[in-house]
Amino acid sequence: MSDIAEVAAEGLATGPVPRRPRLAARVLRTPTGVVGVLITLCWLAVGVAAPALAPYDPFAIEGSALGPPSAVHPLGTDALGRDLLSGVVWGARTSLVVAAGVAVLALLIGTVVGLVSGYLGGWLDDVLMRSTEVFQVLPRFFLALVVIAFFGPGLDRLVLVLGVTSWPLLARVVRAEVFSLRHREFVDAARVHGASTSRILVREILPNALPPAVALLGLVVAQVILIEASLGFLGLGDPNVTSWGALASEAQRFLRAAWWLSVFPGLAILLAVLGLNLLGDAVTDAASGRR
Amino acid sequence: MTRRYVVRRVAQLAPTAAAILLVGFLLIHLAPGDPVLALAGQNGDAEYYALVREKFGLDEPLLQQLATYAGNVVQGDLGTSYVQGRPVVEAIAERLPATLLLTGTALALSTLAGLALGVFAATRRRRWPDVTVTSVALAVHAAPVFLLGQLAILLLALRAGWFPVQGMTAADGPPSGLGHVLDVARHLVLPAVVLASQEVAAVARLSRVGLLEELAHDHVRSARAKGVPEWSVVTKHALRRAMLPVVTVIGGRVGHLVGGAVVVEVLFGWPGIGRLLVTSMINRDAPIVLGIFLLVALTVVVANLLTDLLYAWLDPRVRYR
Repeated sequence: MSDIAEVAAEGLATGPVPRRPRLAARVLRTPTGVVGVLITLCWLAVGVAAPALAPYDPFAIEGSALGPPSAVHPLGTDALGRDLLSGVVWGARTSLVVAAGVAVLALLIGTVVGLVSGYLGGWLDDVLMRSTEVFQVLPRFFLALVVIAFFGPGLDRLVLVLGVTSWPLLARVVRAEVFSLRHREFVDAARVHGASTSRILVREILPNALPPAVALLGLVVAQVILIEASLGFLGLGDPNVTSWGALASEAQRFLRAAWWLSVFPGLAILLAVLGLNLLGDAVTDAASGRR
Repeated sequence: MTRRYVVRRVAQLAPTAAAILLVGFLLIHLAPGDPVLALAGQNGDAEYYALVREKFGLDEPLLQQLATYAGNVVQGDLGTSYVQGRPVVEAIAERLPATLLLTGTALALSTLAGLALGVFAATRRRRWPDVTVTSVALAVHAAPVFLLGQLAILLLALRAGWFPVQGMTAADGPPSGLGHVLDVARHLVLPAVVLASQEVAAVARLSRVGLLEELAHDHVRSARAKGVPEWSVVTKHALRRAMLPVVTVIGGRVGHLVGGAVVVEVLFGWPGIGRLLVTSMINRDAPIVLGIFLLVALTVVVANLLTDLLYAWLDPRVRYR
C-alpha cells in the first residue's frame, strides 16, 4: 500500500544512512525481518527455478478435470485437467518478471529525478517535484487498465506503464537524502578537488542516497504484485503465460465444485506480498533506527 | 484555514488535470492503427468514420486536435459508445450510483472499523488482542481482493447461505420502498466488507502505531497522573492527533477503493462502472474505457486535494510550510 510506504518514507528521509552490512544485520535481528527475508527468498527461488521445480507443463492436460489435491497433483487440477501446482510455480515466475522489471525502471527514474532535483535545485527542482506530485496521484491500476485496453495485453507494456508510474516515492526519498548530503564535508572536499558535478553525483552522493530508496522497493514491489494479480484476475494478463491472477479468475466459475482452484493461487499471492511487506517494514524500521 | 494555502493547493489541480487529459489523448494517438478506429470501433461504416474524424478534428494538426479533445471533455462530452450507441456520459451516469454506494460504504466502514480496531489493539499493547489484530491485519493487507471475495462467496454465501452470491437486487425482490432498500442492503454486505477489508487493515495499522506514539508523550502521562480516566485519556488527549496519519491517507485510499471496486464488482456481479469498464474493454469500446479513466483519475485527484485541505485544517503547521 503506497500510503503505508509513504508514512514509512517520512521516517526514512532524515538522518545519516547506516552502512549496508550493519543495516542487513539489524534487519535479520527482528523476527519480522527474518520471516520477510525467508518468504521473499522462497518467492525468488521458485520464480527463478520454475522450469525445474514445476512437475508438469502448466498448459498440458495431465489428469482428470477438477481433481482435488492428491499425491499426484498436490494442489489438484483445473477444469481442463491441468496441474495446479505447476501453474502456481510458473505464476511465481510471471510475478517475478513483472516485479523485477518495474523495480529496475522505478529505481532508475526515481534515482535520476531525485538526484537532479535535490542537487541542482532551482526551477528544475520545482518542475520535477510538480511532476512527481502529478505522477503520485495518477491511479496506477486504472492507467494500466487503459494501456492494456488500447495496446492489448502483454507483460512488456505492463512493466512499462507500472514502471513509469511507480517512481515518485523513491524520487522523493532520494531527493531528501541528497538535500542532507550535498553540503557535507566529503562532498565539499570532492568539489574543492575539482570533481565535476556528474562525478560528485555518481561517486559521492549516489552510494549514500540509494539505500533508503532500495529499502522502500520491497513495499513498492508488493503493490505491483497485487496490481498484476488483479489485472490477471480481470482476464487482462498476458494470455501466453500463467499468472496467479489468471488462475484465480478461472476458479471463479468453479467455486462450489473446486475450492482449491481459488485458494492456492490466492495464498501464493498473499505470501509473496506478505513477505515483501514484512521485509520492507523491517528494512525501513532498521534504516530509520526505530528499533 | 489561511486562504493562501487553499488557493495554492487548488491551483495545483490544473496541471494534474491537464496531465490526465494528455494521457488520455496520447493513448488514442499512440495506440496501434488509425486513431479513428480507437475512437469509433472496428465495424463502423465510412460515413460514421468521416463523422468522427470531423468531430475530433483528426485531419487537423496534433495540437489543434488536443485543444478540440480538451474542449470536448471540459464540456462534459466524452464521445459516443459505439456498442451501446449512446453518449458515454449517459452510460457512465447510469452505473455511477451503484459504484458510489459500494465505495462510499466501504470508505465509511474502513475508517470506522479501522480506527476502532487500531484503538482496541493499541490499548491492549502486546497482549493477545493486540497480537491477533496486528497479525490478521498484516495478512489481510497482503491478500488480493479476489481471494477475500472468493472465500466470502464460498463460505458465507454458498456454504452458509447467509448472503446472496451475485447482483445488487433479487430477481423477485420488491421494486421500491423499504423492502427494496433492505434487499439492496443485503446484497451490499459482502461486496462492501470485502472491498473495505484491505483498507480496514491499513487504517488499523496506522492508527495503532499513531496512538501508541501519542500515548508515550508527556502530556498523556500528565493527564494520567492527574487521575483522568483511561478512556478519556485515549479519546480526548491522544486520539485526535493519532488520527492525523489516518487522515493523510484518505485520498490514497479513495484511489485504492475505486481500483478494488473494479475487481469486487466483477466478483459479485455488482452493476457499477467497474463492471462497465471490464465489459467495455472486452467489447473494445474505447470511448467508455477512456471516459471512466478520466472520471476516476479526476476523482482521485480531487480526493487527494480534499484530504490535504482537511489535514491542513486539523494540523495548522501544514499551512505555513
